[in-house]
Amino acid sequence: MSATAARGFVPRQALLAIAAPVLVLVLWHFTTSGRTYSLIPPPLEVAKQWWDLAFGGLYDDLYSRTLLTHTLASLSRVYGGFALAAAVALPLGMLIGRVRVVRDLLDPTLQLLRPIPVTAWLPLAMIVFGIGPRSAFFLVFLGAFYPVLLNTIFGVRNVEGRLFEAAAMLGVSPQATFWKVVLPAALPSIFTGIRLGLGFAWVVIVVGEMTGVQTGLGAIIMEARQLSRTEIVMSGMITIGVLGFLSDQVVQMIGNRLLRWNPQHG
Amino acid sequence: MAEPTIPILAAERLSKRFAFGAETITALSEADFTLHRGEFICLIGPSGCGKSTLLRMVGGFETPSEGRLLMWGKPVGGPGPDRGMVFQDYGLFPWLTVAGNIAFGPLARGRPKAEAAATARRFIETVGLTRFADAYPHQLSGGMKQRVAIARVLANDAEIVLMDEPFGALDAFTRERLQQELLDIWARTKLTVIFVTHAIEEAILLADRVVVMAAAPGRIVADERIDLPRPRDPTEPAFNLLRRRLSAMLGGHH
Ligand SMILES: Nc1ncnc2c1ncn2[C@@H]1O[C@H](COP(=O)(O)OP(=O)(O)OP(=O)(O)O)[C@@H](O)[C@H]1O
Ligand SMILES: [Mg+2]
Repeated sequence: MSATAARGFVPRQALLAIAAPVLVLVLWHFTTSGRTYSLIPPPLEVAKQWWDLAFGGLYDDLYSRTLLTHTLASLSRVYGGFALAAAVALPLGMLIGRVRVVRDLLDPTLQLLRPIPVTAWLPLAMIVFGIGPRSAFFLVFLGAFYPVLLNTIFGVRNVEGRLFEAAAMLGVSPQATFWKVVLPAALPSIFTGIRLGLGFAWVVIVVGEMTGVQTGLGAIIMEARQLSRTEIVMSGMITIGVLGFLSDQVVQMIGNRLLRWNPQHG
Repeated sequence: MAEPTIPILAAERLSKRFAFGAETITALSEADFTLHRGEFICLIGPSGCGKSTLLRMVGGFETPSEGRLLMWGKPVGGPGPDRGMVFQDYGLFPWLTVAGNIAFGPLARGRPKAEAAATARRFIETVGLTRFADAYPHQLSGGMKQRVAIARVLANDAEIVLMDEPFGALDAFTRERLQQELLDIWARTKLTVIFVTHAIEEAILLADRVVVMAAAPGRIVADERIDLPRPRDPTEPAFNLLRRRLSAMLGGHH
């Protein structure tokens, strides 16, 4: 297909979006390919390695056709940890945001724990949960927890006062106010929290899996580094990048549908 | 009127004070007035004279510090659908469409979905927004939002409609159209309306009675009946005479 024909089908935005990755790929190729002592393998080598990881048939070593297993392991930890975090952080955030006693009781403690980076929890997690997938799961939980919690609190606390007056004037009972006013008004903020939380879960999973876990994308990245299989390291990185991207796209699509009313969305 | 009727609303020595740091501000001092069913009154007065405060007490958003405020002879409680408020900043629910905003009240009061939707459709038509039934508030102009806010209280069977400078933020052309539409709706439904405004002309154009207020402390200083026949013409000499009278009462600043 010629360039002019392509312009007819592909929107300008998609062309622009693809420009930077293509440029990186080209640069990567010309700076690495054909140099024996390059620390970074050329893109074609990485692509072949990725293919072998995914489908086998090229190198047929210990890593061939293991990508799905590792991916599924990471996916289950990311979504499992995230789901647990959301299940705790959403109701807790709503309570802290709307109920004075709960806020006074829990908010100071949570604020005190918040500056501790998630990665700083890793050694403690390993002591408590042992070396293995449970530490990784816990880390993902922690990573996703605060973004969801803080944005939920912010959302339910910052409902425009006028909307409460409008609802009361129209006959909404105090008990129904939460469902009819607070929750819908807080939805954009809650949604931001979910998106950030899920993004963070993907960041943290690699760290979590780098410590003695057998399966998972983080685990093979770490293992391959020790074996100097840089192509595998990069294949794992690219897989994580693409999965994280797709995951975020899905969340955004849901958000745009749910938040059509919000001028900041859709 | 041959027989004496119970007023729909009566204020007796109604006062409201606010704590402001160490001071207390008397936003409204010993206001007395009565309002009969179907009347359209305008509250007018300088900034800070307690117009909003009075309106918000009727709406149930503020409680009186002293005196009594009675609706049909009973003390006014918290906010409720019998007193519909049209806020100057609209107060629409941004996550609901025009139809959703108008059906909100009937649904909140337990009306079946189909009935609420039919009610919404009727009042969308009343305010001339049929084409925008599925639009969200951020897609509407100020005048359109104000129409939704009005339709919302009408759809909820409000007995008294409270309007706090509802057309203050609109351009002159839109304001005139909405004034006319409001008068049409009022003539058809025989609603009772309390309308706050800064503009003398708007008050004379709309009201059966103009309640004039003064500031520091906020109080009622006059209660003028406007006997001009409707529809009213602002260029008529009688209209002008009233305008000058009210202007003098307000200290000639208008
Ligand atoms: N919640 C409050 N707390 C403290 N003071 C208040 C409060 N609400 C109103 N006031 C004071 O009461 C007085 C009357 O205010 P109000 O808003 O009723 O005036 P207004 O006549 O509506 O003025 P405007 O024409 O500017 O809207 C003002 O001095 C104001 O500062
Ligand atoms: Mg005011």
